[in-house]
Amino acid sequence: MNEGLEPVADSNGGAMEVATRDVIAPGHTFSTVTDKISSIVLARRTPPGWWFGFAAAFLLTNLLMLAVAYLVLKGTGIWGVNVPVGWGFAIVNFVWWIGIGHAGTLISAILLLLKQSWRTSINRFAEAMTLFAVACAGLFPILHTGRPWLAIYWLFPYPNTMGIWPQFRSPLIWDVFAVSTYATVSLLFWFVGLIPDLATLRDRSQSRVGRVVYGMLAMGWRGSSMHWHRYETAYLLLAGIATPLVVSVHTVVSFDFAIAILPGWHTTIFPPYFVAGAIYSGFAMVLTLAIPIRAIYGLEDFITSRHLQNMAKVMLVTGLVVAYGYLTEAFIAWYSADPFESYVPFNRGTGFYASQYWSLIACNIVVPQLLWFKKVRTSTRALFTIAIIVNIGMWLERYIIVVTSLHRDFLPSSWGNYAGTFWDWSTFVGTLGLFLALLFLFVRFLPMISIAEMRAMLPEAKVEGRE
Amino acid sequence: MTPARSSLYGLMAEFEHPSDLVEAARAASSQGYRCLDAYSPFPIEELHEALGSPHTRLPLVVLLGGLVGCLGGYFLQYWVSVIAYPINVGGKPLHSWPAFIPVTFECTILGAALAAVLGMLALNGLPQPYHPVFNVPRFALASRDRFFLVIEAVDPRFDLEQTTGFLQSLHPREVMTVDD
Repeated sequence: MNEGLEPVADSNGGAMEVATRDVIAPGHTFSTVTDKISSIVLARRTPPGWWFGFAAAFLLTNLLMLAVAYLVLKGTGIWGVNVPVGWGFAIVNFVWWIGIGHAGTLISAILLLLKQSWRTSINRFAEAMTLFAVACAGLFPILHTGRPWLAIYWLFPYPNTMGIWPQFRSPLIWDVFAVSTYATVSLLFWFVGLIPDLATLRDRSQSRVGRVVYGMLAMGWRGSSMHWHRYETAYLLLAGIATPLVVSVHTVVSFDFAIAILPGWHTTIFPPYFVAGAIYSGFAMVLTLAIPIRAIYGLEDFITSRHLQNMAKVMLVTGLVVAYGYLTEAFIAWYSADPFESYVPFNRGTGFYASQYWSLIACNIVVPQLLWFKKVRTSTRALFTIAIIVNIGMWLERYIIVVTSLHRDFLPSSWGNYAGTFWDWSTFVGTLGLFLALLFLFVRFLPMISIAEMRAMLPEAKVEGRE
Repeated sequence: MTPARSSLYGLMAEFEHPSDLVEAARAASSQGYRCLDAYSPFPIEELHEALGSPHTRLPLVVLLGGLVGCLGGYFLQYWVSVIAYPINVGGKPLHSWPAFIPVTFECTILGAALAAVLGMLALNGLPQPYHPVFNVPRFALASRDRFFLVIEAVDPRFDLEQTTGFLQSLHPREVMTVDD
């Protein structure tokens, strides 16, 4: 079975000058693509770097466990939330994580419908990122309920002994449906994409355990023509279904704010501005993860400079949309002539949270303007740094939105300040650990690039008419 | 003219290029073979046409799934808010339909997505723990870089010698028998 396993031309060195336009480096065939991607998973020896990274992430996951255990023991009082700021880190982190997830669906669904074939080598990976980000996001509102095991009766409609049903006029319930649907559909999309690759792993695995486990997951996939036909139909329909879904999810998340009457929240620009921000932060996270991974696993042939440049361009555009959102938000607040509304931007710029506000402007608007320069877009180091800065900026944006509106509401008597406690930070950093730990497991046990789709991208996959 | 052995599933021809497989599928189809299937490591649109396979009914299944989700989601909210647990919230009508749209939308998506995936698997007959093609050791390459055409023994035109000869004439890398 290992016949034809010739080594792939290595292009680790100066990855950037290899090809600036290619989606796959030249010289690859069906077998080299298959072997190169599947060998990362099927290799018996786990690279020491993986162990190191996984151990660090696992340690942070344990911090999360500890923070959650203490929360369950003591209640939400261990967090900084109180009157008037009742939505602190939990909601900030929830919105941040959900937003990050959006890039995965955008890459896999919307770019598929737009026939952007360059998406093929990053979609699997981005979908996994979506899934893990949504898992981290989902934790926060659940933990925020204080007693998650009791929360279920007002989150989900099921016949309970108290005869109580959820309140469907509340955007928080819409959010439950939006996020749980999003998690389910992302999982389905990801799994459907994996089926043919699981069959490849089943057929190529040298170990019995691998053959059995991948075999069960592949469900007997054999690549029959009629199966492929239905598979492609299902995949395309899923993409079509996921596209409005991804837009709806952050829209509904923004409704959590926009439906409230608080100054700074009660605005119609929130849905589009949240969706743009979600895509912005999501692409920043894909870059943050893709740049080190392609270097570590030598995947420059598949995740080429073109991919990074395209993602940088998407970031630039969505970053400008977000900047426009900030501007409109401030303008409308002033134009409304409502003293409470116009106080919001003033308070953000000069109040207690001014330093966070101006850092957010610097991170999200000023620094990303460097992406106009091709030199920056083609430098992995610069891109990685900017991506990290945007991640931080987008977190600060949600922090400013959540906290500044709550800490100065209509009544000066109820004003107050907020800061995260040790346990707030532990929970947040803990979810970063959980996210990374899940990603490490993913790159070790599943192919991080869709092998079947990469094969179809090769020039030799083209059927020539010979009649 | 030996009758097809009962333990024989069919004959399998292996090709190295997608174009060869498509051409072979066309030839087999025009020879009148109907019980045949082609296997490839990635989807080939031309192959589906060459085999003359029908178009899938999956879109209809997805539409129905979406409709079930849509109606189910809406009526769940109606039933909960109007019949099972009527609560006056800010003087809004019990049947405050605009507030029910987001959940209805999400349920539509959920129903359609579940129908797409489960429908695709069900129509494909997956999960399927056993299939005769896996008895051929070289078939493991069908998920890597090789292309296979199988003519099943149940085909009325199937004849071990004749069909083998026909498959050989398509210049495959090899023709193999598939045990049932």
